[in-house]
Amino acid sequence: MPADRPAQGVLRQAWRIAWKDLQVELRSREIVYTMAFFGAVIVVVYSFAFPASSALVRLGAPGLLWVSTMFAGTIGLGRAFDRERENDTLRALMLTPVPRLAIFLGKGIAITFLVCAVALVVTPLMALLMDVPFFDHPGELALALLLGAVGFSAIGTVFAATLLKVRSRDVLLPVIIYPILIPLFAFGTEATAALLKVPADLDNAWYWIGLLGAYDAAFLVLSMWIFESLVIE
Amino acid sequence: MPLERVEITKVIKRYGTERALAGVDLELRGGSMCALLGHNGAGKTTLLGILSTLVRASSGAITYRETGGAVVTGDAVRREIGLLAHQSLCYGELTATENLALFAGLYGVDDSPAALAALLDRVGLEVRARDRAARTYSRGMLQRLALARALLSAPSLVLLDEPFTGLDRGGALALGEQLGALTAEGAIVVVVTHDLEAIAGRTDHVAILRAGKLVFEERGAYDYEKLKDTYHRHAS
Repeated sequence: MPADRPAQGVLRQAWRIAWKDLQVELRSREIVYTMAFFGAVIVVVYSFAFPASSALVRLGAPGLLWVSTMFAGTIGLGRAFDRERENDTLRALMLTPVPRLAIFLGKGIAITFLVCAVALVVTPLMALLMDVPFFDHPGELALALLLGAVGFSAIGTVFAATLLKVRSRDVLLPVIIYPILIPLFAFGTEATAALLKVPADLDNAWYWIGLLGAYDAAFLVLSMWIFESLVIE
Repeated sequence: MPLERVEITKVIKRYGTERALAGVDLELRGGSMCALLGHNGAGKTTLLGILSTLVRASSGAITYRETGGAVVTGDAVRREIGLLAHQSLCYGELTATENLALFAGLYGVDDSPAALAALLDRVGLEVRARDRAARTYSRGMLQRLALARALLSAPSLVLLDEPFTGLDRGGALALGEQLGALTAEGAIVVVVTHDLEAIAGRTDHVAILRAGKLVFEERGAYDYEKLKDTYHRHAS
């Protein structure tokens, strides 16, 4: 059998690690149910807390969508790494000869899947309960949310792994990552707002989606670079 | 290529202001079982962590040499290390076979059902337990699975931290025999344990740590009485 090129090898091993996380989750469904339920609860609370004027809701809906999804994502992020802590399995992964990059990517891919699953629950629920036309431009919105999930996972993976042995990690994790995620929230909210305008401002939406992509690229590179130095004791 | 020698040179490890290791010098050789002894807090687990590459030394060096004397680094070193730690390092939601298949894939070794079953036979994990989630295992079964994971890649540097915990006397003796066999095959075996009976007659290298310092080191045959006497004289 021909040997993998290094990049193929990294991606194959990353997928192996991601699939392991997804396999565990498919079996327990603990994280995805908790995240989806929390996301849904936030949406229901918003639907009661905000006035029923559709113009006002349209103004606030992009921010509400991103906040609900990412808050629910933080719950999943913490729990996904708690699983690695229970039997010290992150050390087992770090001990294998696979590049540390593959471990980072594998964990990140699994968390991206979980955040996307939450978005799949939160977005239609918000559209239904708050009468927001999210699905007028579904492709652009899906891309923006996917890029948001990737950026969130890249930053979240690095810090969740770093805080694995810190006692107050559940408190520290959001305190550390949310300030770094502010630009991502801002770009995502602006892109969604542009899509909800009547008529939709697609040029503007693509501009903000482009910025989301640039943010992801920058933080993916930075996260890959610092991951190993942060997780070795 | 298998590791033949590991040289630990003036290794210091600090956690904040605490000094866990205070300049340890030690040489580990292939075909030898080193009993790394000492009271709790002596620095044994820290030294094992540094040897496993999972903990970074504050200063000093660890040099891994393969047969022929060439220095080995990075991924090539990790490929040669098998670690049995305090915790199982296995996923509770996965079965024994799934855990081993995952790690076999990551190590790039044979992950066929037959190969994994042979490994589980070797560590004595009963057949009917193999397709149950590992979180349902008893401590002894989990320890057997952890050992199978540690031996999966046929490592030439085997690091074991309290490997006899949770095993009954029969299991401990069987594990002792396995460690003897690994040593006979040329592996470097390092055992941290308080169960001196289980390693007596097998270890041929004793190193004792006290407060992060190597206070005793000797190579030679050790029966239980000699091991116990040496430990009590130097560990306190």
